[in-house]
Amino acid sequence: MNEQQTLWGFMAQQSDKLLTQTLQHIGLTFISLIIAVLVGLPLGILIARKKNLSGSVLGIAGILQTIPSIALLGFMIPLLGIGVKPAIVALLLYALLPIIRNTYTGITGVDAAVKEAAIAMGMSKWQVLFKVELPLAMPVILAGIRTATVINVGVATLASYIAAGGLGEFIFGGISLNNTNMILAGAIPAALLAILFDFLLSLLQHLNLKKLKRAAIVLPVLLLVMASFYFIPSAYGDKLTAGFTPEFMGRQDGNLGLQSKYGLKIHTIVISDAIMYKAAFEKELDVISGYSTDGRLKAYGLVVLDDDKKIFPPYYAAPIVREDALKKFPDLEKTLNMLSGKINDSLMTDLNYRTDYLHQSPERVAKDFLIAHNLWQPQRGGNGGIVRIGSKIFGEQYILASMYTMLIKGYTNYDVATKTGLGGTKICFDALTNNQIDLYPEYTGTGLLAILHPPQKTIDVLAGDRDKTYIYVKNEFEKQYQIKWLQPIGFNNAYALMMRKKQADELGVKTISDLKEYLERN
Amino acid sequence: MIKVDHLSKSFGKVKAVDHISFEVMEQENLILLGTSGSGKTTTLRMINRLIEPTGGKVFINGENILDQSPEVLRRGIGYVLQNNGLFPHYTVAANIAIVPQLLKWDKKRINHRVSELLEKLRMDKTFLNVYPDELSGGQQQRVGLARALVADPPVLLMDEPFGALDNVTRSKIHAEFKALDELKRKTIIMVTHDVQEAFELGDRICLMDKGKIIQNGTPTELLFNPANSFVKDFLKEQRLLLEFKAIRLNDIWRYLAPQTPKQGSVDLHGDASFWSAIESFKFVNTEHLHIKHHQKDEYRSAGFEELMAAFYQYKKHQPHE
Repeated sequence: MNEQQTLWGFMAQQSDKLLTQTLQHIGLTFISLIIAVLVGLPLGILIARKKNLSGSVLGIAGILQTIPSIALLGFMIPLLGIGVKPAIVALLLYALLPIIRNTYTGITGVDAAVKEAAIAMGMSKWQVLFKVELPLAMPVILAGIRTATVINVGVATLASYIAAGGLGEFIFGGISLNNTNMILAGAIPAALLAILFDFLLSLLQHLNLKKLKRAAIVLPVLLLVMASFYFIPSAYGDKLTAGFTPEFMGRQDGNLGLQSKYGLKIHTIVISDAIMYKAAFEKELDVISGYSTDGRLKAYGLVVLDDDKKIFPPYYAAPIVREDALKKFPDLEKTLNMLSGKINDSLMTDLNYRTDYLHQSPERVAKDFLIAHNLWQPQRGGNGGIVRIGSKIFGEQYILASMYTMLIKGYTNYDVATKTGLGGTKICFDALTNNQIDLYPEYTGTGLLAILHPPQKTIDVLAGDRDKTYIYVKNEFEKQYQIKWLQPIGFNNAYALMMRKKQADELGVKTISDLKEYLERN
Repeated sequence: MIKVDHLSKSFGKVKAVDHISFEVMEQENLILLGTSGSGKTTTLRMINRLIEPTGGKVFINGENILDQSPEVLRRGIGYVLQNNGLFPHYTVAANIAIVPQLLKWDKKRINHRVSELLEKLRMDKTFLNVYPDELSGGQQQRVGLARALVADPPVLLMDEPFGALDNVTRSKIHAEFKALDELKRKTIIMVTHDVQEAFELGDRICLMDKGKIIQNGTPTELLFNPANSFVKDFLKEQRLLLEFKAIRLNDIWRYLAPQTPKQGSVDLHGDASFWSAIESFKFVNTEHLHIKHHQKDEYRSAGFEELMAAFYQYKKHQPHE
């Protein structure tokens, strides 16, 4: 009951955003659907006429369908940048197959005697198409459009990864922030939209043939109206564009803090962290929310703006381990602590640069580092139990996971299983508390703000102090979760605002306060 | 009226139709008869260019059909299919009105013509706004016929038009078919594999096999003067019934007793089949049929025995009997 009230509370509180995202979601779904119909219907008709083309056209559409949606969005960025265009193209490609296939099936399924009668009475090819084939194939074609719509509502949640908006902003923000209400606030409307559109189209599909004529006129109008929803919320325009991750958007030490402490007002779009840096490099974005040790900082010529009002708390990395695992594997703590104090900020940035930009494998980077610091030992091939290591889905975590793997295999008799690439704090932490993994590297700031959610007073007392924060999360984790924070590794991967160095120099922006002043001047 | 000249069609190496020629006179009813694979349907479909020939020519009223646009050609030829091919998404009225719509008749004329035809086919006006799937097989076939006749084309092509009907419905429709005045004016080419139907409805029969015409002649010619053993074998089954249907009363005229005309008591005309004469006996008392020659002012009278005797006489004088 309590849970439900807070969900409604959240939705009520965020109703503006929810409405915007829902409208964007509907818009994205239907813009791409219209284009898919405009492309797919003629293609389906074409291959129904020239059957020898059908194999290759349906084959290509089928292959497009099997490309993972995230990967497809990734392919789109170099071609179309970020934002609406690539999202629509990706959605369109997914919607294509059901529409082409059902048009083809529908037309080839028209009774041969009826078609022959139409021709024999002297109808031209176009008359046969519009008076006989399309009307009779319409229920099957509508079924295809219906499938495509439901697919699109689902895939459109991913559009938020490339800054095209939609309900994915809440869903992925919620996953990153360990905020169930936020996930539900995005997921429930998305599911309802899918059910609603499916139901409405099913009504259309089961209309009898007589009424179909009217439906054929109403449908395009309706689709156009739905498609225009996307543009309703986009009544903004500003000099600079910021791209923040969904996680950053909802955090007190993120966008909320920027607004309350700095009073920063900037045109903001939500974007996945995987493509944010590149988008900044390609001048799609001007300001991004990055991590201070990220290798792409170096790779893309970005510069960190000084956090002169100290809103970003320290994010010192340390392995967090289940206490029962420490008991089960007595040598584990000692081995993991071998890395303690060994990696500072610039070292970590360099390591990240090597994976993110030079595309060296995390294993190689980890091994090189261990060898250089005389920590590497060959595997013992021990069988004293398996330690399960998790990691979040970015390069730094992969490197740390690899280092721990090598240390454990080299210095102890344990074997290691890795579960890397767990997509976000919530997923990683849930895996740990549910005994799916034994340890993963976590950051003090994340532990404090995303997991513990202490009252604002406590946060103010800690006041961004490195040691106080570490001790606070260490004690609370042991008390609440029986999870132990081992010694910090050394580097501080805090949030940071960054810009292209060249642009920052031109505008004379060095600190976040400078940025705010620049935006107010213009 | 229709002249087919060395018409051929090959599908790959298979010769479906192999250099066939025939002519159909105006208002004649020609039956293309044969088993499946004999090339009869392919021949029919080349006449309205549903299939383009690989060789030969077809003339309708002296005009080569390949010189016309296929759409215009087809709008002037009625076409009836075995599975009727009615548009399931059109009402009966709209189905019948398809060709007039294509010919851009005005609405009033279309409505008038559609109701006129429906009446001639003995279908109620309430059927106008009904969809084809709500009709019986016989009704659907009538609508299919009406659709072919609506623009009053001089030529009618029929592809096994009654093939999908049960026997009772079929003989009913056969009777209507023969009685329909609209059809008497038409030049008809009809495809069938049913020998009985061919003899019942055809003025002439073109018997086909393996893409070639084996014999082209009147039903009696095929029966009593077959070109070869194939024709004889083809007509072997229920031969007596075929003979009854093929022979007209005129054929046995000279074996019947002359009679002076009684007023208003002509039962049959000379062009009626022997079969219909036998059928009209009610077998009460001593019945006599009064028959008038269909051209001359001559009269004959015969009881059942006399008719059968005349039939026997006629057969005895045929060359192949």
